[in-house]
Amino acid sequence: METANTTLRPVTGAIKQGRSDKATEVVIYGFAILFLIVLMYPLYFIVIASFSDPSAVANGKVWFIPRGFTLDGYKELFKHQNIWIGYRNTILYTVIGTAIGLAVNIPAAYALSRKDLAGRKFLSLYFIFTMFFSGGLIPTFLTIRDFHMYNTFLVMVLPFSVVVYDIIVARTFFQTSIPEDLWEAAQIDGCGNLRYFVQIVLPLSKAIIAVLGLWIAVGYWNSYFNALIYLKNPDLHPLQLILRNILITNQMQSGMGTGEAAQIALRLANMMRYSVIIIATVPIMCVYPFAQKYFNQGVMIGAVKS
Amino acid sequence: MKAGYIGAGRRYGTFRRNWGLYVLLLPAVVLTLLFAYKPMYGVLIAFKDYSPALGIGGSPWAGLKYFEKFFNSYQFSTTIKNTVIISLYSLITFPIPILLALMVNQMRANRFRRFFQTVSYMPHFISTVVMVGLMLILLSPSTGLVGNAYKLFGAEAPDLMGSPGLFSSIYVWSDVWQHVGWDSIIYIAALSTVDPSLYEAATVDGAGRWHKIRYIDIPMLIPTAVTLLILRVGGLLGVGFEKVYLMQNDLNITSSEILSTYVYKIGLLSSQYSFSSAISLFNTVINFILLILVNQISKKFSENSLW
Repeated sequence: METANTTLRPVTGAIKQGRSDKATEVVIYGFAILFLIVLMYPLYFIVIASFSDPSAVANGKVWFIPRGFTLDGYKELFKHQNIWIGYRNTILYTVIGTAIGLAVNIPAAYALSRKDLAGRKFLSLYFIFTMFFSGGLIPTFLTIRDFHMYNTFLVMVLPFSVVVYDIIVARTFFQTSIPEDLWEAAQIDGCGNLRYFVQIVLPLSKAIIAVLGLWIAVGYWNSYFNALIYLKNPDLHPLQLILRNILITNQMQSGMGTGEAAQIALRLANMMRYSVIIIATVPIMCVYPFAQKYFNQGVMIGAVKS
Repeated sequence: MKAGYIGAGRRYGTFRRNWGLYVLLLPAVVLTLLFAYKPMYGVLIAFKDYSPALGIGGSPWAGLKYFEKFFNSYQFSTTIKNTVIISLYSLITFPIPILLALMVNQMRANRFRRFFQTVSYMPHFISTVVMVGLMLILLSPSTGLVGNAYKLFGAEAPDLMGSPGLFSSIYVWSDVWQHVGWDSIIYIAALSTVDPSLYEAATVDGAGRWHKIRYIDIPMLIPTAVTLLILRVGGLLGVGFEKVYLMQNDLNITSSEILSTYVYKIGLLSSQYSFSSAISLFNTVINFILLILVNQISKKFSENSLW
């Protein structure tokens, strides 16, 4: 193909083209490598700092490899029970919240994808309107309180499980990948809507279930807002809220007094900031490469939405 | 649609035949009613002197008192200004994911490209809390990477996170760092739908790489870009609470207090429910108007619109 095309062009043009192409190539790959460094180095630094002696980190001796290798930062984590309570809570919220989210959004999306659904336009608008208009923080807060959901497990997994964007993406998926004839054939065989959805549509929709499941799970794993607003009991706090105390408001360092003991405590608290980032981020990053194929597919579906 | 007008009787017929579909919709409809539409009714407290004992319906009307209070408060111009600055600043970075997508599209489909893409999405999965924690660590003048880099050259490091002047820059560029790869996926997906014969035809016509980008790739991305741009402009006053709130400190508060953090502080930290609701309603209404406006403009000048 390439040779066929070049022969069509004047010879000088072909040479010129080749040269500037090579230059562009160098620019592109050079820029790509620079970009990778900018993206990866801060993350790499956190990893090596978590294994390094904190004073070496503080004095700027850690650049490319860990200095004064130690696992003290990780050992320190085990002394803080609230981190592990938070971890457990986050896993529960993520697993249960994702299950509820899928159970709510996928069936709704399928129903909305069916052209023979009477009131389809109105129902779509009913959902989409909430994307652009909301009651706001306080009215939502008062609603949660009226329903006695404030400071409960349930508030973390149920009230905000409808995600309209996800419904739109899944609806597009159903419209484009489940042939309409399939329903007509099933109907002739006397199959009802519910049985059709469970036995035929769901097994054909593994890709979209994976995409939404991962989006929802990542959302639950990473969010702290709902916990900040609706939870008071520390035993219900998710990991992110505890991370906030450690990383941002520095609550671990307060009330330590002075003297040598305080110095050591401060040192350990500083070390823990690196190790806690690692243990909080690694699980969700590990999920990602396995799911990459599905993630891309999901965005692709979103991109073609009409 | 195909049948055109459907009579009332037939419509009832399809309703009865498809009852199963309504069962599938029921959970989402009910949850949306309870947790999205019920709070919208609760917005009434913005026009009332809300007292928890009397409830939403029973509290006395206050008219526009709380809106006037907000317009006259000294926080009004500060929060609006800060919100708009951060918003417009992020809007400027809007083309960066497009440029990245164009670049990735020029790379040969091989292992390096796959690796590049995987790495570029990764920061997206860092939580906001960890992201801000990371920024505090790396930008710390005493112990962070930036501080150490300054020390390397024998200079005194500035306190970046405590600087009001740099707040918007740090906010916006850390966002670019975290999300540029992820945001480019949608454009890469759009580019992957280009018919290869178009490129071949262009090559035959003597078009070089830049010509193909200019006349094939970019036009291909415009519909997606316009749709996303409309949504962004519609959210002009909707700068998210989570990251700004975490980045706030006493030193940078003059440029980091935005509408959503102010709503939170007035509402939940000092329990002025009606006042807080008025501010957030004002915010929502402006965003809603902007969205409709931008959508109309886009409809008029191009064929792209949200609805």
